[in-house]
Amino acid sequence: MKLQRNGRTKALAIGALAVVSSLTLAACGSDNNSNSSASSSPAAGGSSAAASSIACSGASGQLLGAGSTAQANAVTQWVKDFQAACSGVTVNYQATGSGAGITSFQSGKVAFAGSDAAMKPADVAKTEGTACKSGGKGINIPMIGGPIAIGYNLPGVSNLVLDAPTLAQIFTGKIAKWDDAAIKKLNPTATLPSLPIQTFHRSDGSGTTANFTAYLAAAAPTDYTLQPNKLWAAKGGQAANGSAGLAAQVKQVQGSISYFELSYATQQNITTAQIATGASAPVAVSTDAASKAIADAKVTGTAPDLTLDLTSAYTTKADGAYPIDLVTYEIACDKGNAPATLPTLKAFLNYISSTQGQTSVASLGYFPLPASLQAQVKTTINGLS
Amino acid sequence: METPRDTSAPPSDPQPSKGSQSAAPNLAGSSPQRGGSSLSDSGRTGRRGDAIFKFASSGSGVALLVIMAAIAAFLTVRAVSAISADHGNFLTTSDWQTQADPITFGIAAIALGTLISAVVAMVIAVPVALGIALFISHYAPRRIAQALGYVVDLLAAVPSIVFGLWGALFLVPHMIGVNAWLNQYFGWTYIFHQNEPGTQPRSLFTVGIVLAIMILPIITAVSREIFLQVPRAHEEAALALGATRWEMIRTAVIPFGRSGIISASMLGLGRALGETMAVATVLSPSYVINLHILDPAGSTIAQTIANQFGESQGTGRDALIAAGLVLFVITLLVNGAARLIIARRKEYSGADA
Amino acid sequence: MSSLATTSQLSSSLTERRLPRWMPAVNLALAVLLAVAIGAGFNLSSKPQWLLIAAILYVVIQYVTSAVVEGRRHAKNYVATSLVWVAFLLALLPLISVLWMTISKGIGVINANFLTHSMNGVAINQEGGGLYHALIGTLEQVAIASLLAAPIGILTAVYLVEYGRGNKLSKAVSFFVDVMTGVPSIVAGLFILSFWIIILNMPFTGFAGALALAILMLPVVVRSTEEMLKLVPNELREASLALGVPKWLTITRVVLPTALGGIVTGVMLAVARIVGETAPILMLVFGADTINMDPFNNPQSSLPLFVWTEYSRGTDQSQARAWGGALVLIAVVMILNLVARGIARWKAPKGATR
Repeated sequence: MKLQRNGRTKALAIGALAVVSSLTLAACGSDNNSNSSASSSPAAGGSSAAASSIACSGASGQLLGAGSTAQANAVTQWVKDFQAACSGVTVNYQATGSGAGITSFQSGKVAFAGSDAAMKPADVAKTEGTACKSGGKGINIPMIGGPIAIGYNLPGVSNLVLDAPTLAQIFTGKIAKWDDAAIKKLNPTATLPSLPIQTFHRSDGSGTTANFTAYLAAAAPTDYTLQPNKLWAAKGGQAANGSAGLAAQVKQVQGSISYFELSYATQQNITTAQIATGASAPVAVSTDAASKAIADAKVTGTAPDLTLDLTSAYTTKADGAYPIDLVTYEIACDKGNAPATLPTLKAFLNYISSTQGQTSVASLGYFPLPASLQAQVKTTINGLS
Repeated sequence: METPRDTSAPPSDPQPSKGSQSAAPNLAGSSPQRGGSSLSDSGRTGRRGDAIFKFASSGSGVALLVIMAAIAAFLTVRAVSAISADHGNFLTTSDWQTQADPITFGIAAIALGTLISAVVAMVIAVPVALGIALFISHYAPRRIAQALGYVVDLLAAVPSIVFGLWGALFLVPHMIGVNAWLNQYFGWTYIFHQNEPGTQPRSLFTVGIVLAIMILPIITAVSREIFLQVPRAHEEAALALGATRWEMIRTAVIPFGRSGIISASMLGLGRALGETMAVATVLSPSYVINLHILDPAGSTIAQTIANQFGESQGTGRDALIAAGLVLFVITLLVNGAARLIIARRKEYSGADA
Repeated sequence: MSSLATTSQLSSSLTERRLPRWMPAVNLALAVLLAVAIGAGFNLSSKPQWLLIAAILYVVIQYVTSAVVEGRRHAKNYVATSLVWVAFLLALLPLISVLWMTISKGIGVINANFLTHSMNGVAINQEGGGLYHALIGTLEQVAIASLLAAPIGILTAVYLVEYGRGNKLSKAVSFFVDVMTGVPSIVAGLFILSFWIIILNMPFTGFAGALALAILMLPVVVRSTEEMLKLVPNELREASLALGVPKWLTITRVVLPTALGGIVTGVMLAVARIVGETAPILMLVFGADTINMDPFNNPQSSLPLFVWTEYSRGTDQSQARAWGGALVLIAVVMILNLVARGIARWKAPKGATR
């Protein structure tokens, strides 16, 4: 062994040397990105002004969170502002998907989980005693809302109007051509080409799919007869991975239509459909219109759990209210959170549910919760122990 | 067999003696308390060294088996709990609905898709890879060959996610023409028939091509090393008999490297079967059995696991692990078959050492 | 052996008529011209199709002319040569295309700031930020995985070739190595997740990811090392043993150095396979936006994970960062590859390779 080691140590030494030298070459590595942030877009900035009003009260160390991809972009922004205000705190949120996030939370690996759908009772039971000590259990705290845009690619048609039954028929393959009578009826003035409709849905499980199918099932129960589902259940159509993948497909393929969070449509300049809800005029997708629809969503959870029922939003007929929305939750323990991270968790959740936190992500395609709900969320967060 | 070995031995002949020379002082140094004659000393330490080394190497083999057994046991335990909750027939159901109320899932469609994409990849990659390996080892000028070998290794360095993005953003649009052409002229073969011409070519066929490109460097690199080891005397003997270069390769190089080529292909196949990110980005999956490989349909096991893992909990997750077990079994069967082929061909193989 | 026939052919081949050296070039030009004519005549829109027709025509013309002038054996040789060339060119196309796409999309964001900063506090629609944290994570995780997998893998291969010699254990090991190559990365990740993270209750760390990567590396190392060891001529072993060198010294001083070039290639292939893994990293290392130098405590990031998360964020700025990350990842593997080859060449016995 000695001899062999003798031979190999040389090789190892060189390898180690190479690694070490490459590290030292870049050893000026830094976590400080404040220079670059100050110089670039003010839309994302404002952190120095924001910093003063964020209460850090006892926050310290590292806070881990995992889950929903739909809220990932918002959380990134919140983390940036929160860390700028509270020095020495690291919040690490990874968009592993709601299911994986909840599983990690249940085994106590992360302090909070993000989820696009409220945790089911069976999953709540699995948090008792494992993630949540001293008789606590996981609770759903609604945090931020986001409209789901219907993006399409149809040259020459910029103001497409669709309604729930038409959408349901398009996505289940019953309407196959863009010049179908049902679409024509909703768009009497548009010149619709005789292209085949290519629908795209998520190939991965996703809360966006769950909310979109829940909308179809609630607003067009006769045309969409399947259960709302995180996995796309209807036959036919094509699929792509992630909202970014869907947006890329819609951008590439003529005659395509798909659904994704509003920010992906804005970023990629994808035209979005207006939805005829029975209101006086079809509603275009926007954060304001979506927040109007969510205004009278009911809390169905028993306090401190704040599970929301969005059926009223899906079937809204109010003027200027956009019906296809999702609300994402944070999941934490009501009692028995890990003591080391509890102050940081409370400070962070307090910040993101504050008016300042809620409005800071509007430019990313999210909308704040209604004021009454925000108050309930505040009470719940302050009661965490 | 004797002559070629003789000629290949001399260049490295000094090595053993050098090795033993440098070995002797070191051994003596390692056991200074024993002052006896260096010959018997080195013999004894050698024997002990032998025992230790043999123990270490067989221990590594056993460790590997233990890891495999642990993985298999883990997969089986979780798979059994998932399959017992399955409301469909696990082997014949093609749908994959683990979030719906009666949990229904089966591997019929995804196992088929896995096989189709792997077969397409192998059919394209193996001949091309062997061609490149031969090109580097026997056709290209020496200096160029080394650079080329490096360039092909570079292909192995491209991460699968980049291949996925390249496939989705570059290859797919460029496949539209090829697909239309195949559908037009080879539609009668059934497999090249398109149900809905004009859909995006995000099909198992395109996935196969991307996989082929991904496994190319693995097969090339291993077979290139093997072709370079063909005893030169074998080749010179063939050439001296008047063989053309191709005849020399066919009679001397390929038989020598056959078992290595199959091993290399198995390595490539392993990656093709298990690739996740590139397939997930390129393919438009659906859980139906569809043998028209140009249609955007079908899915693979690894892709299903990757796509659904994030949103799966409990039984849903176990169902994915059951799919992983099936992939495991498929690999087992394919490798078993490859072993049989190698064993049958053994008498031709020069690599019997 | 039909030695008579062979000798008669042999003697004739010395005086046989050969194609002039300029003939292939002329045939190539002819093939290209014909292909252009066909392409334009039939109005074929896709350029690859033209290329394909030209290639097929060239092979056919070359075969026919050679068969007429030199006889079938030489014609076949020409066909084989052309096919080998075609295979090579075919492989170059995607390589160039992939590299071009990555470079053209990624080069824009690469600067000193990108290489030396983390993503800490960078909003998704902001420029700036960097991948230093991911680079550190990848290098450390891959290094640990290699340190675990390479010795075990090489020793296993040594056992298979030098000690096992077809006994039951070696047959089983050899078979399961092949099966192991088919373990998808996500399954390896799941295994470590439930074994290491959940059952042993370990936190998310770079080391946990390295364990999964080591499992993925192992079969590639064993397989390629085994093939290389098999090719070491028996005479070397016999010569060494005959000189009284113990077996283990023969292996470490003679067999392994002779096969070193191939072994290093195998290890580098394995590294190349694992360095781009996203799924197990996301599951086990968790990911991070800040620099964490310690692979044994707290989450880290890694380059493929960086590429994946930045790509899925969907903004122009983050997608540019994703391509920049991909470019850096390729460069890292390239550099590792170069270093490994340097070591192999330096350590290899002189004159043993050609």
